[in-house]
Amino acid sequence: MLGNEAIARGAWEAGVKVSSAYPGTPSTEISESLVQYDDVYAEWAPNEKVATEVAIGACISGVRSMCCMKHVGVNVASDPLYTMSYGGVNAGMVLVAADDPGLYSSQNEQDTRAVARAAHVPVLQPSDSQEAKDFMKYAFELSERYDTPVILRTTTRLSHSQGLVALEERKVPEDRPYERNPAKFVMMPNNAKGRHLFVEQRELEMAKDGAAMPINRIEAGDTKIGIITAGIEYQYVKEVLPNASILKLGLVNPLPKQMILDFAAMVDELYIVEELDPIIEEQVRSWGIPCYGKELLTVQGEYSANLLRKAFLHQEMDLEKPADVPARPPILCPGCPHRSVYSVLKKLGIHAAGDIGCYTLGAVAPLNVVDTTICMGASISTLHGMEKAKGKDYIKKWVAVIGDSTFMHTGINSLMNMVYNQATGTVIILDNSTTGMTGHQDHAATGKTLKGEPTYAINIYQLCKAIGIEHVIEVNAFDIRTLEQVVKEETQREEISVIITKSPCVLLKGNVYPNKCVPIPEKCKKCGMCLRPGCPALTKQENGTIAIDETMCNACGLCKQLCNFGAIEEVAK
Amino acid sequence: METKNIMIVGVGGQGTLLTSRILGGLALHANYDVKLSEVHGMAQRGGSVVTYVRYGESVAEPIVEEGQADVLIAFERLEAKRYAHFLKKDGVIIVNDQRMDPITVVTGAAEYPEGIIEELSASHKVYAVDAMAEAKKLGNAKVFNIIVLGVAAQHMDYSKEDWRTVIKHTVPPKTVEVNLQAFERGYVL
Repeated sequence: MLGNEAIARGAWEAGVKVSSAYPGTPSTEISESLVQYDDVYAEWAPNEKVATEVAIGACISGVRSMCCMKHVGVNVASDPLYTMSYGGVNAGMVLVAADDPGLYSSQNEQDTRAVARAAHVPVLQPSDSQEAKDFMKYAFELSERYDTPVILRTTTRLSHSQGLVALEERKVPEDRPYERNPAKFVMMPNNAKGRHLFVEQRELEMAKDGAAMPINRIEAGDTKIGIITAGIEYQYVKEVLPNASILKLGLVNPLPKQMILDFAAMVDELYIVEELDPIIEEQVRSWGIPCYGKELLTVQGEYSANLLRKAFLHQEMDLEKPADVPARPPILCPGCPHRSVYSVLKKLGIHAAGDIGCYTLGAVAPLNVVDTTICMGASISTLHGMEKAKGKDYIKKWVAVIGDSTFMHTGINSLMNMVYNQATGTVIILDNSTTGMTGHQDHAATGKTLKGEPTYAINIYQLCKAIGIEHVIEVNAFDIRTLEQVVKEETQREEISVIITKSPCVLLKGNVYPNKCVPIPEKCKKCGMCLRPGCPALTKQENGTIAIDETMCNACGLCKQLCNFGAIEEVAK
Repeated sequence: METKNIMIVGVGGQGTLLTSRILGGLALHANYDVKLSEVHGMAQRGGSVVTYVRYGESVAEPIVEEGQADVLIAFERLEAKRYAHFLKKDGVIIVNDQRMDPITVVTGAAEYPEGIIEELSASHKVYAVDAMAEAKKLGNAKVFNIIVLGVAAQHMDYSKEDWRTVIKHTVPPKTVEVNLQAFERGYVL
């Protein structure tokens, strides 16, 4: 079972009834797996803040609930999270946060444990698929026992590794009765003062009780070296030092202080093995315990057994050096509608304030169109900031680009700000009818729920109109002549405009483009125009003409449109 | 039994996920402890991808590290070269003899290395096969990855029947027949 599937299974076994989430690698498969259990309500929310609030509502009403997100989603969700920590729960509530050490698909490497410490929310961290399932169930028990939301923290390696899992049956606890309790759930100053003290007390108690929790355990071994670790890092430690004494933590916030003090006294040298920030290490040092940690191990990226061998055992391994080969970074797929839009922007010399999605790849060669990528929804607001800093003329060479799912996530807020504050910039919504990069999840504008059931599709065109934008233009993403004209007009126009470029993601099921093309070498002038947008299905041959790899080509026809000499033709149907 | 380490490398979209799940299924079928590690998200989009399969009596870490792989299954030549240093000294490479230019080569920033198979053969046991050509003969270019698995099967300790059973249960139901044909083809190459 994939770590994420095990988390979903654990939630199901724990009797979860409501789950809400926004997709984000490496957390996405939790919801996709959970929705397959019929007796759970699972949904996609437009963003993580909404998802968390949905889970809070369900928990206050008396049923076990959860929300899932990637680490940066926790930032979006932090507003309700911080205050929910004060309010506590009625039935259990768990927030699953998936961190991404090594940045497989993220914009930063933040450590959710730091957020949790600030919010005073307990964090459990499993180390394999079996624990992912078991800890999920235990998280609900702790949530109810200590009257607190609980974070289950996973990482990419755990979420996307598969291991064996022993399954159990689902046990649904009785719904807890709802009783009005404003002192707990209406967080106005007087109520919050009392709850703040409760939170501090709760944290102390959990730290004290930690020693007795089965998820924290000491594996006594050779006492020369003692290692404190948690999560997937535990597996690397077991590979390298199977005989060392290990304190394996399941509860990583708050730390079981007395247990750590006792363990430290047991061993000669204490090492802390934790990916990302020195969260455990700094606390242990603050208690006056000498230990080794980040002076030996990096704060960046994933750990591995070899990394520990080098750091702890100073083993020089007789390893072959990696070959010096050309890099193969991710690129837009053949037939991707974003490539078509970017080819127009590139031709016009326009800069794009970018956003989070596949289209971030417009930042790299050969497109080099996207200049900025910060976080979900930021494209529109950064464009607005540029205009207010440099004036209307400056942003005639700029647009904001944002995907449909990201627009629904937080882009709409930024667009309202542009309208309100009299902006004149141009926003391009790259509408491919899905959340692309995370692997095709539906959202509020696609007309389908997480369960795949038909629902109302919010009309992005009408939405933009409704907030007061006069110039909203829909263009087929592959109609590059019209698109070029529209982009020229709208960027010059000293009024706000939105261009919606429409074409479904080429990988969406059932989406087949009709424009299968072949090169006509005798007409080819070897100018390279067709190669400029960097479609991976096209290659330049030794004689300078091009070849189209028919197994890769998705028949979008962009190369045919770019060729001025008719040297690329559609295959007769 | 010592833990066996297998790596599957290729270009995003070539089916490394499916292949690793077949290998995981085989280990499970043989009652081993098994761990798989996969790549999802942005890295999948036409980039270099790698998945790991480890099986044995008891497996701790889910990844294969430098110098540890018993078998490297590569769906593209350049990717075989990129990850060859993960092999044990006596490790085996099964490589689909196909060239896919990375964007760095398309844009002229780098050159695609020549003579990869010959170079790898000098230091490792290499089985190269033009699986794409074979797959086209079967009328379905997409099953080239299962042809490569067929070749790999000749150098691993599972029975042919086990392979067939697991493939049947792992690939999409509509494609069982052509995938089994592809496996049989690879098994005699």
